[in-house]
Amino acid sequence: MNLVNIFVKAIFIDNMIFAYFLGMCSYLAVSKTVKTAVGLGAAVIFVLGVTVPVNYLLENYVLKQGALSWLGAGFADVDLSFLAFIMFIAVVAAIVQLVEMIVEKFAPALYGALGIFLPLIAVNCSILGGALFMQERQYSTVAEATTFAVGSGVGWFLAIVAIAAIREKLRYSDIPKPLRGLGITFILTGLMGIAFMAFMGIKI
Amino acid sequence: MSTATAAPAAKPAEGLFSKKNRKLITDPLNDNNPITVQVLGICSALAITVKVQNAMVMSLSVLAVVVVGNMVISALRNLIPGRIRIIAQLVIAAGLVTLVDIVLKAYVYDVSKQVGVYVGLIITNCILMGRYEAFAMGNKVWPSALDGLGNSLGYAWILVVVAFFRELFGNGSLMGMRIIPESFYAANGGAYFNNNMMILPPMALVLVGIIIWIQRARNTKLIEQA
Repeated sequence: MNLVNIFVKAIFIDNMIFAYFLGMCSYLAVSKTVKTAVGLGAAVIFVLGVTVPVNYLLENYVLKQGALSWLGAGFADVDLSFLAFIMFIAVVAAIVQLVEMIVEKFAPALYGALGIFLPLIAVNCSILGGALFMQERQYSTVAEATTFAVGSGVGWFLAIVAIAAIREKLRYSDIPKPLRGLGITFILTGLMGIAFMAFMGIKI
Repeated sequence: MSTATAAPAAKPAEGLFSKKNRKLITDPLNDNNPITVQVLGICSALAITVKVQNAMVMSLSVLAVVVVGNMVISALRNLIPGRIRIIAQLVIAAGLVTLVDIVLKAYVYDVSKQVGVYVGLIITNCILMGRYEAFAMGNKVWPSALDGLGNSLGYAWILVVVAFFRELFGNGSLMGMRIIPESFYAANGGAYFNNNMMILPPMALVLVGIIIWIQRARNTKLIEQA
């Protein structure tokens, strides 16, 4: 598999939102205006791009069966993969904490806009989901894993910016009262998902 | 969420199933449903609702992790330092989810294969963190357990309803048993087709949207003022 193919596939076909519903909580909560959506989307791309390669190295040099063989022959069949969840989430939580501190220092306006949602990236399913899909699909190099991660992030970014733009316009529409807000957002996301399915089967 | 967080811890003299404690269970079923009102835990809720069986296994897993996790965190609430509480909660959640994952692999291997990464994703299920953070950190063990139970039941019923429609119309079966007879199908001389759309991810979103619509039409105080 070449990198471009992985990248395009991660953005359009295996889109985090439309195909796997990952990161829906913040997707629904922060998509009221395009500006905050762009900020959160960028943060997700960045965090995914950093955490997945780290988790990839962790998986291949520490956790997998036989991964510890670089320590010596005696470690050749140690299998620590049951620790994967705890290790992955610890890495994600630590890096998110770091990103939060960096954003607070260098982009206070963005920090104010994202508010509570920056710490919530740690529990954004798409970040841990990226790590778990990386584990499941067994990419062969760090470059492939990173490409996949950034592609997924870009896909998520596109989805949240698109829905935020639609929701800004929706303010002028006459939607049945009980459907307003959450309900119509769900249905719209479903329709966008159907549109994205047109990309299925594309191979570059 | 406001009603749940405002509820003070039960007094020791209070009965185990006092009115207040019963409300902890019934509230999340409708007025404060984790999926349709609090908008938590959508991630996994949609992906595994292709079959009723998967939805039930997933709900039970979430139930176990939320109830036990709520109790553990509530028991430790005075020991966890405020600044690192998120990481402490995540580690407790990850430990419990690892246990659930191993149990599923041992006893229902087929389902575990189908549910796949979504078991791992229970860790980042917002219901978990929401309940740990909003309730278990400030309440005693027993109310926390009830709160966890109520919220996971609220989560479960939405999952099962969505899965019911998706499996019935998408596959013609329920819990793996055939509901629509084989002879109705076009392949066997009938005139019936499965609605393949139902199996695909986007329909899950539309179905949840419709459930929210119906719920809000009946329960008008939930309508958003925007």
